[in-house]
Amino acid sequence: MRFELTPRTNVNSAMRIAASIAAFITSFLIAGFVIWLMGRSPIAAFDVYVLQPLADPWSLQELVVKATPMALIAIGLSYCFRANLWNIGAEGQYVIGAVLGSWIALRTHGTEAGAWVLPLMLLLGILGGAFYGLIPAFLKTRFGVNEILTSLMLVYVAQLTLDYLVRGPWRDPKGFNFPQSVTFDPAATLPPVFEAGRVHYGAVFALVAILVTAVVLGRTLFGYRLKLTGDAPRAARFAGFSSKATTMAVFAISGGLAGLAGISEVSGQIGQLQPSISPGYGFTAITVAFLGRLNPIGILVASLVVALTFIGGESAQILLKLPLDLTQAFQGILLMCVLAADALVSYRVRLVNRGGGK
Amino acid sequence: MFSGKVFGALAGAAVLAAAATGAVAQPKDKIKIGFIYVGPVGDHGWSYQHDQGRQAIEKAFPGKVTTTFVESVPEADSERAIEQLARTGHDLIFTTSFGFMEPTLKVARKYPNIKFEHATGFKRAPNLSTYAAKFHEGRYITGIIAGKMTKTNTIGYVGAFPIPEVIAGINAYYLGAQSVNPNVKIKIVFANTWYDPAKEGDAAKALLDQGVDVLAQHTDSPAPIQAAEARGKVGFGQASDMERFAPKAQLTAIVDNWSDYYVSRAKAVLDGTWKSEDTWGGLASNMVVMTPYKNMPDDVKKMAQETEAAIRSGKLNPFKCPVVGQDGKEIECKGQGALSDEQVLGMNFYVKGIEDKIPQ
Repeated sequence: MRFELTPRTNVNSAMRIAASIAAFITSFLIAGFVIWLMGRSPIAAFDVYVLQPLADPWSLQELVVKATPMALIAIGLSYCFRANLWNIGAEGQYVIGAVLGSWIALRTHGTEAGAWVLPLMLLLGILGGAFYGLIPAFLKTRFGVNEILTSLMLVYVAQLTLDYLVRGPWRDPKGFNFPQSVTFDPAATLPPVFEAGRVHYGAVFALVAILVTAVVLGRTLFGYRLKLTGDAPRAARFAGFSSKATTMAVFAISGGLAGLAGISEVSGQIGQLQPSISPGYGFTAITVAFLGRLNPIGILVASLVVALTFIGGESAQILLKLPLDLTQAFQGILLMCVLAADALVSYRVRLVNRGGGK
Repeated sequence: MFSGKVFGALAGAAVLAAAATGAVAQPKDKIKIGFIYVGPVGDHGWSYQHDQGRQAIEKAFPGKVTTTFVESVPEADSERAIEQLARTGHDLIFTTSFGFMEPTLKVARKYPNIKFEHATGFKRAPNLSTYAAKFHEGRYITGIIAGKMTKTNTIGYVGAFPIPEVIAGINAYYLGAQSVNPNVKIKIVFANTWYDPAKEGDAAKALLDQGVDVLAQHTDSPAPIQAAEARGKVGFGQASDMERFAPKAQLTAIVDNWSDYYVSRAKAVLDGTWKSEDTWGGLASNMVVMTPYKNMPDDVKKMAQETEAAIRSGKLNPFKCPVVGQDGKEIECKGQGALSDEQVLGMNFYVKGIEDKIPQ
């Protein structure tokens, strides 16, 4: 006996949304069961984990801060993933964007440099990330090198480059030889959207990127070309779409957005370069992109949900003394449930008897 | 009890004067204390020891103090976790890694009535103290043991990152070894992580493959000393007593003992006497503790005990002048008969005899 998956033909978007909601409920039930097994109240955990962060202006703001880099990177990755191209190296593109943009901040540190500093930093952030994303794209189109490997390996190159810079040439001379740059001048700091708040303009960039992407994917030839390249590469070739050009374009877009996320985070949130400037946003964004089913609005929602699991997880540690491992396990359960629900709604599972043979 | 104002002389624009204390504090009956850890509490190293200190507070003031911790907080994303502790009624907050410095300072400015304590940093405020330990004192003792125990005349060191604290540890270890064995060589590998058992273990194996027979580590998991144990070599526990992971290999361990300090700071908040200070404790103040010397001949053990006593009493300073740099030039002696505290805290050179270069 074996299981057989047969594609369903009549899946509409209402069913898909219902499946997502079912996935969320299932993952909360599983997590609640684990919490119950640990001898804690699942209801209190749900309250601290989900309801309180959503009811409190401070944590809502923190939610946006945390979601910003993940949303920016994930929306970029959705271009690649839609075309069936696997950019696993957004973390590296994020770092290089941050490094290149910060170069201007450090060069102008302590000078009277004016309002041009910040726009130039952001531009270099985008260009840095895009350039870094183009390396695996070039290697793939020119030499047929697997982009999963090259993009992933380049993450380490980027991280070690940053590491070298903050320990060596870019180290704060007044920082007692600790590996970190000077803190950025106000002219090089991405301002908060609201006075004295923590939400910086990176959140606005993320929203714009999401809206633009929704239009591009839904209403332009380029969007159609991505879909076709991903779903039916042969058909795309017959239609005259160059797969090489598509590869270069999507890697440049996703790298550029990751770079923008990097420079926004460094200039808006951290305020200096350090050996580590990301708790793995480039990788978490892959989860976000798939949780959002590569749909722009889905990614917006998914980035907020994943941010909520981080913030709720911290609150659960502080208020309920629940371990961090539970937060991480919950993120995994959530992704599994969403992917499983997606598979179950797209395919019919049948148990079949192996006919013939012995 | 604890040594004085380490960076007092260096008060720059960023370093706020420690003397100007905040509003007059009132004694309190009940307080909440929060901790931010950079690693998991189960690392059996750095964060584990801070958590031992947290538990010591709970034991010392039953019913009066409740504690909370948040573990594995990424340094670049720590401001929110620190502020969350501040917002949830904590009176005293310990942030226990260098990388939490800027976020701690930011949150401390926002919540002037809450006391903050930042480990291993140098920025203070009226409600923000700093504290660190002179681990290099213990490193010097382990160096003497290593110099005596090595048969290949090659000792090894798994470092985390080439930051001053680690560099000072390597130098103290090597100076100790050199003082009893002029022919000793040292091999150093940086794992570029504080906690990653796989990477730490690989670094240790690489050193053992190169003929190292006594292994020291400045990373937090027991993986390096376990690697030494597996090869029949010896080494030193780091941060906590690692004897149960390597009963045959552990010669001694340099234990970070934050308990006394944490209890005293909790008491200060309860009594309303808390002040912003800088504390740099060593063997003398029990912030650095050596576990019993084992798996070594009696004469080596005796030498280690004597060295420990000499450092404790202040007779011996691991960085007594003259200290000679790699290039053979003497390092300017800015302290009294030894390198100054500032020179040790910002150490960025290897001593003569170390052949590696500091990665830059």
